[in-house]
Amino acid sequence: MASPMNAQSEGSVVDQDATVTSSGTAANAGVSPTPSAPKRQKMDPRKKMFIYNAISIVAGIAIWWGLALTDLQLPTPPEVVAKAVELWDQGLMQEDIIASLTRVLTGFAIGSALAIPVGFVMGWYAPARGLFEPWIQFFRTIPPLALLPLVLVLLGIGEVPKIFVIFLASFLACVISTYQGVVSVEGTLINAARVLGAKDGTIFARVVIPASTPFILVGMRVGLGSAWATLVAAELLAAQAGLGFRMQQAQIYYDLATIFVNIIIIGILGLVMDRILLFTEAKLTGWQERR
Amino acid sequence: MTETQTMTEAKISIRGIRKTFEMKDSEFVALGNVDLDIQDNEFVTVVGPSGCGKSTMMNILAGLEEPTSGSAHVDGRDVHGPGPERGVIFQQYALFPWLTVRKNVEFGLKVAGVGKAERRERADHFIEMVGLEHFADALPKMLSGGMKQRCAIARAYAVNPSILLMDEPFGALDALTRVKLQEQLLDTWSREQRTVMFITHDVDEAVFLANRVVVMAARPGRIFDVIDVNLPYPRTVDVRLTPEFAELRNRVWHAVYHQGPDAVPYEQTK
Repeated sequence: MASPMNAQSEGSVVDQDATVTSSGTAANAGVSPTPSAPKRQKMDPRKKMFIYNAISIVAGIAIWWGLALTDLQLPTPPEVVAKAVELWDQGLMQEDIIASLTRVLTGFAIGSALAIPVGFVMGWYAPARGLFEPWIQFFRTIPPLALLPLVLVLLGIGEVPKIFVIFLASFLACVISTYQGVVSVEGTLINAARVLGAKDGTIFARVVIPASTPFILVGMRVGLGSAWATLVAAELLAAQAGLGFRMQQAQIYYDLATIFVNIIIIGILGLVMDRILLFTEAKLTGWQERR
Repeated sequence: MTETQTMTEAKISIRGIRKTFEMKDSEFVALGNVDLDIQDNEFVTVVGPSGCGKSTMMNILAGLEEPTSGSAHVDGRDVHGPGPERGVIFQQYALFPWLTVRKNVEFGLKVAGVGKAERRERADHFIEMVGLEHFADALPKMLSGGMKQRCAIARAYAVNPSILLMDEPFGALDALTRVKLQEQLLDTWSREQRTVMFITHDVDEAVFLANRVVVMAARPGRIFDVIDVNLPYPRTVDVRLTPEFAELRNRVWHAVYHQGPDAVPYEQTK
């Protein structure tokens, strides 16, 4: 079909086009198949950032240590480390981490798993939006923790009430952003699929779902943060194990070192979970054009 | 859908199409009684000022909008809803950003249930046709505007449409890229003949590409003039420098920008 001459002339047009764009904007340099040059340029600032971060952490610990040596009655870093080792050896730390993570991940998993379909239905069918929205908007204004007294009365003091408030926290964050994702899918993309012969089911599966993935993942991240915060607070109020419970106990015995250990663990676990989702987000939504 | 409707010989025929939009207390006439026939393998460009209904006309042919009255026929069949036999190329490319160039081109074939091997072969053929073979596995975000639109053209061709509808496809591109893509489009069209309706607001582009330029006027949206372009194909950049081209361009310019006493002040378009 394509004569060699045609192919050749077309090839030259392509090359010119590519040259024009890549020389036009440095940002488009990614067009070249080997993006090694920009990577090397980025290495330096990244290293610098790392150094700044390290300085900041060391300085922070130094300030803490300094304050601990004054009248503030704070535990010193070595005391906290010793306490951490002690809690680990007793097996309490592992027990608490497992108890807290099990609660948060169960609630978060159920919340997200339910929020995604509900968000899709709300975005896709106007009647569903009308039915769900008042309740979601209402419960969104209530901190999930504020429902804990009610939930404790209704569901008892086992695992269920804690998982329930975590479920609620992650559900509410995720459902809103899934819904936002569905309603903000570009109309032209849907039209493009339609003119290529796609029907509603295909459009939903192959256009609406991938197009709203970035929104869903942002919702999940917000949901996880909110779930984690809710969890620790819930454990402070009612639990027999868990990071929050341990701090509550330590408070009674004026055991500041244990409180410090648990605060640090809560921070680190929260950070790790957030990074895992951030990494997933980068993997799944790397196709996005940054504007 | 019956074959008995093959009453016209034209590939595309628009019969008495009217499209109105309800406003607060008035009616906006986007298209008032438009008739148009486009023959097989013809390349027709449509130019006109904003609000002349050229995009509405295209959307009706694409099946993305329904006319208020009148009917559109493609290959003798009534147009109802979109279909893969009418390929559409949008100004905003409308590539699926999460799919690679090849997967974008394969999209329509996948929808049609074409097997993997054949899908890939056909996609690669059209990717090569638009010169993107080195970018088949690239995501749209890696492509320039011109390359994105070439990918969209390949995607439209891949499902083997009977007609191609293009809605200002080069409107968002810089002048140099636009001229190159115009030539490339004619080259493609000469090898893979299709009936094309191409909407633009660029008079040069309209004359350079077309067998026939349809000039539309606004308020109500209607066909104002139809100008035949008897310049031989293949057309190269030199065609633009000929006196015949200048003459045709002047005629189209006049038709577009001096549309007579019917012209209404801009405020009333709101």
